[in-house]
Amino acid sequence: MHVAKGFHKNGGKDGSRVSEPAAVRFLLISAALAFLALFLLLPLTAVFVEAFAKGWEAYLAALHEPDTLSAIWLTLITAAICVPANLFFGIVAAWAIAKFSFRGKSLLITLIDLPFSVSPVVSGLIYVLIFGLQGWLGPWLQAHDIKIIFAVPGIVLATIFVTFPFVARELIPLMESQGRDEEEAALTLGASGLQTFFRVTFPNIKWGVLYGVILCNARAMGEFGAVSVVSGHVRGSTNTIPLQVEILYNEYSYAAAFAVASLLALLALVTLAIKTVAEWKIQQGMSINEGER
Amino acid sequence: MSIEIEGVGKNFGLFSALSDVQLTVPSGELVALLGPSGSGKTTLLRIIAGLEKPDSGRILFNGEEATNRDVRERHVGFVFQHYALFRHMTVFENIAFGLTVQPKKSRLSKGQIRDKVFTLLKLIQLEQLWDRYPAQLSGGQRQRVALARALAVEPQVLLLDEPFGALDAKVRLELRRWLRRLHDEIHVTSVFVTHDQEEALEVADRIVVMNQGKIEQQGTPSEVYDRPATPFVFDFLGNVNLFQGRVHEGMAQMGGMQLSSPEHSGTNNVPAVGYVRSHDIEIERVPLDASSVQAEVRYILSVGPLVRIDLALSGGEGIEVDLSRDVADKLDLQVGEKVFARPRKMRVFTDDYQI
Repeated sequence: MHVAKGFHKNGGKDGSRVSEPAAVRFLLISAALAFLALFLLLPLTAVFVEAFAKGWEAYLAALHEPDTLSAIWLTLITAAICVPANLFFGIVAAWAIAKFSFRGKSLLITLIDLPFSVSPVVSGLIYVLIFGLQGWLGPWLQAHDIKIIFAVPGIVLATIFVTFPFVARELIPLMESQGRDEEEAALTLGASGLQTFFRVTFPNIKWGVLYGVILCNARAMGEFGAVSVVSGHVRGSTNTIPLQVEILYNEYSYAAAFAVASLLALLALVTLAIKTVAEWKIQQGMSINEGER
Repeated sequence: MSIEIEGVGKNFGLFSALSDVQLTVPSGELVALLGPSGSGKTTLLRIIAGLEKPDSGRILFNGEEATNRDVRERHVGFVFQHYALFRHMTVFENIAFGLTVQPKKSRLSKGQIRDKVFTLLKLIQLEQLWDRYPAQLSGGQRQRVALARALAVEPQVLLLDEPFGALDAKVRLELRRWLRRLHDEIHVTSVFVTHDQEEALEVADRIVVMNQGKIEQQGTPSEVYDRPATPFVFDFLGNVNLFQGRVHEGMAQMGGMQLSSPEHSGTNNVPAVGYVRSHDIEIERVPLDASSVQAEVRYILSVGPLVRIDLALSGGEGIEVDLSRDVADKLDLQVGEKVFARPRKMRVFTDDYQI
């Protein structure tokens, strides 16, 4: 309330007059920067410092460990399955929600958000309860010799569940803001549903899709809780990168643990870079959109 | 191509957007659907286009059943209020879109598409801007591109949803005259939606006045303007003054005025409302007959070529009068002056009509 009052009183002609005195600004900005440095920059630096504590050779050797290579491989496979699956589901769900009205729409939106609100450990546990030996489908799966829990399919399922909302959540507001006019125009011009999607809808959302995909990918590769519950921690077989980091750390191989962890940190940095570009492109698209209205 | 709409109804939840609409659009005509917002005019247009399904009734194109025909098979050109240009395509690509999505067998060659697009660009006078993106165009230019895009597929019907609604006054005026000329050239059956009575009166061959999901009146612009069928139409088209009163055996008593109302000769002291357009009132310094009523000048406003005079009757109710500038100059009215107002034409509706 005070802020609003002060803003009105000072009017808008002179920009500096509406803001706080220089000392207060300096204090606030330094506090924010110090906070960032302490909680974000310092740990990130620590990861790389520790990773290279024993030199470049040791770093490479740690990554060449067969169990670690297998963990990297499994993480890549998991992401390679989860990201396209959630890309598909996400686009379909966002398309349905943003461009059509139907019964149960708000229920669907709530369901899409569910993985965000459930603890990842619980998400993992759900799959153990369904597919585990003592679970609902356990006996049937065992009879048919299908392994899901403590095997790769379980890891993939749990990761898909946890990363489900990323693409859809990103696209729904974007598609809603774009409305249905362009699609309807395409239909009246004789385009089929697929032509409309690929030639009109997709070009308008492609940066949003990229944004959703990289966030989804970062989470799929970095997920710990849900995967930990369903993986069974079988070395060289069902360990992903985050699980491998934990094992190495528990075995006091700090340099190796941090070396593997640095891969995830690098992934985070790349993700941030792409995310920034995508955000900028989406903003650009939005302003074009506004110009058109 | 002619369009027939038979008993079409449409509900959105509990809201009845259209009920039992009957309308025929003859081939080659330019028809305006005119009404306030929420009158169902856009819904009707979208039903004709196939973007919306009616809950009841039928749509016939050239006498053939088209109610369940898919949007793509209706061959309509649709122009949206906010243009709906494809923002990631150039002007050229926008106009060519409808031609490039045709199935391979019936699709024109690249060269033919190019020729056709440039012919259309010439028609909308935007040849120079073929490689621009929609964001780089003005509102009027965008709407012309949208029109060219709709015309590219040679539609049998052209449907326009408030085509000039988002434009500023001057561009709107230019563009609607251009649309009228264009229609005289290509004669495609066209329906356009508007809430602007002036636009409808100027552009359309026929006007369909809509209110609350029903058609109030349809006819040529002069028919609906000069002989409004209902109080609503009277009220909606042009500036109008209302007088409460009664009619008795062909004579109307309205706010101190006495006028003859021959079409109500059989009535016996029935409550009625009189409608007088603001330019159908004469201001005089001496009363002419019983239809003159004394009033005081409250405000005088110059509105372009007109002078709008706000009068107060003895009971306090106000009337608006539009005078042409030279008539107003001759009268030289002063604020506060007592004058006499006399309606030249009054339309009386008895109370069985409801607005």
